[in-house]
Amino acid sequence: MAILKIKHNMIKENDIFLSKYTALKNNIGGVLINGILFLVASLSTIAIIFIFYFVAKDAIPFFRMEGFWEFFTSTNWYPSAESPEFGALSLFTGTFLVTLGAAIIAVPLGIVASVCLSDILPFHLRQIVKPIIEVLAAIPSVAYGFFALVILAPLLQERGSEIIIALLWCYGIPVLFLLSTVIGEICNNFLKRMNFKIYTAVFKTLLFFLGTFVFYKLTQILVTVNISSGTNALNVSLILGIMALPTIVSVSEDALQSTGRDLREGSYALGATRAETIVKVIIPAAMSGIFAAVILGIMRAVGETMVVWMASGNAAKIPTPFFNYLQPVRTLTATIAGDMGEADHVTGSSRFHVLFAMALSLLVFSFIMNLITEIIVKKRKK
Amino acid sequence: MKNIIALLTIFATALFGGEKILIDGSTTVGPIAKAYAEYYMAKYPEVNITVSESGSGNGAKSLINNTCDIADMSRPMKDKEFKVASEKGIQPCPHVVALDGLPILVHPSNPVKGLTIKQLRNIYLGKISSWKELGGPDVAIVRISRDTNSGTYETFNKLVMKKQKISKKTEYVGSNGAVRQRVQTTRGAIGYAGLGFADRTTKTLEINGISPNLETVQSGIYPISRPLFMYTDKYPKLGSHLYRFMNLYLTKDGQEIVEEIGFVPMTGYDLD
Repeated sequence: MAILKIKHNMIKENDIFLSKYTALKNNIGGVLINGILFLVASLSTIAIIFIFYFVAKDAIPFFRMEGFWEFFTSTNWYPSAESPEFGALSLFTGTFLVTLGAAIIAVPLGIVASVCLSDILPFHLRQIVKPIIEVLAAIPSVAYGFFALVILAPLLQERGSEIIIALLWCYGIPVLFLLSTVIGEICNNFLKRMNFKIYTAVFKTLLFFLGTFVFYKLTQILVTVNISSGTNALNVSLILGIMALPTIVSVSEDALQSTGRDLREGSYALGATRAETIVKVIIPAAMSGIFAAVILGIMRAVGETMVVWMASGNAAKIPTPFFNYLQPVRTLTATIAGDMGEADHVTGSSRFHVLFAMALSLLVFSFIMNLITEIIVKKRKK
Repeated sequence: MKNIIALLTIFATALFGGEKILIDGSTTVGPIAKAYAEYYMAKYPEVNITVSESGSGNGAKSLINNTCDIADMSRPMKDKEFKVASEKGIQPCPHVVALDGLPILVHPSNPVKGLTIKQLRNIYLGKISSWKELGGPDVAIVRISRDTNSGTYETFNKLVMKKQKISKKTEYVGSNGAVRQRVQTTRGAIGYAGLGFADRTTKTLEINGISPNLETVQSGIYPISRPLFMYTDKYPKLGSHLYRFMNLYLTKDGQEIVEEIGFVPMTGYDLD
């Protein structure tokens, strides 16, 4: 207390304006700290620019030597042959298939789980469930890969059709329910305008049963399915979906939470039910955050290497037909990781530069994805 | 990295005053070199042996640049490498330290007993796609190969495929252990690995009616066998540590070490 009083007195005694020296001193400190903060903040940007620069520097010689056409259109990937061929199309489709599969599994599941966490589960349960989901993110990817290779792959080979059918029904019924509800709503408005009087509920039920019948027929086909190799696109999609889940759940749950209590209470005050509040108020309000979560989750799946290298089979070909998830695929990331050692000691050849060309393609892809997210988020905010 | 290892070794020798032997090269021959180094250093503590594994090509490069004393190689030196070596005043001298055969592995339940090398090639070319064509059950063949990095792949590519392009349907895995893992859990699988990896969890096929073992590999009857090399610059000076190390494979202990690791020793059996 005494010290404070003394200081107080001193300030009183001083002039109210700072001396020139003090002003300069304070100013320099401010500028310095500002500068340091700016530098720290721009460090990641600089890092990204450098990554782009160095990857592009080693990727461009490849395109100079081999051209664009073969790389993007051929499926002949024989980089170590006598007369090497660098057709990476099958690697691109492999990455695409695996990512799409992971997204189909992780996105709906993740969004539903995050809505459940933020608005449906009671608080004490949420405190337990959310950390458990986040533990999924803490498991190292090589452990996922080991699981996929040693447990899931043999399981898919022995009980493949049963697993697929179980997945179809577990996953399909809720999706079907949602779909028939949405289609029912849309058609209801349409039918009303056309002066048809059909009860929406009956229509929805009809749709649902139609879907179930389709599923039944599908099941009959799937029973005969036999998976000859368990390390395939389905295996990897399942694992990557699980790996992307915590990212999506965590980020979109934060987005849903941040819409705030007043929005929910406002909606209730206007007479909306809980379901209406969630579907028509909370989710649209948190849409940009959910979108960002989805993109983040998908990028996790695109960039994952270890699991893919261990469990995708690494066969550089487009499955026949192209949507056949039961055949092995090879992705860009796995190829880069797998071929790096071999390419290293022939530095300077196209065998080495092609890996950088693939890395550049991945970089450009993720850059475009992020750009799209930015644009959509901005538009939504307007 | 290599420089650091070299530097460290130089420091170590400066500190302990012993003789040093630097070994670099193939990952297949690496285990033999390591086991020999351990054995030799236990016998002669004043000698310091460093083994690094960076691939056959890198081993050759190190020998040519005089940064190692012994280059491990799972393939013979290429003409190009010999040419560069002689330009730099190096005379690569091959020592075949062991033999290796690549067993063709299938699932234990597979009733097929053997294949001809042509059938094997046609499988990996994608011309044969079901075990039914080979007298087995109606199960699709799952082809498993080592990654293109490995010397094992190079040997297979040369001896079986005759450098024809392997089918696109072939799955690639990163290690001999992973080949065995995939084959023992997949009904239709076929794969190849080092001789040390053929055990009871998989079935080893006869190739041209011959199954791979010590005798058949050593006598060259088994068609997919290869020598494993160590290269030195000229023949080592008689009586030096390098000379004694290089001749370990001729001793009884040296042969036992090779056999323990799963390769085939050079001597100790009748060769006729």
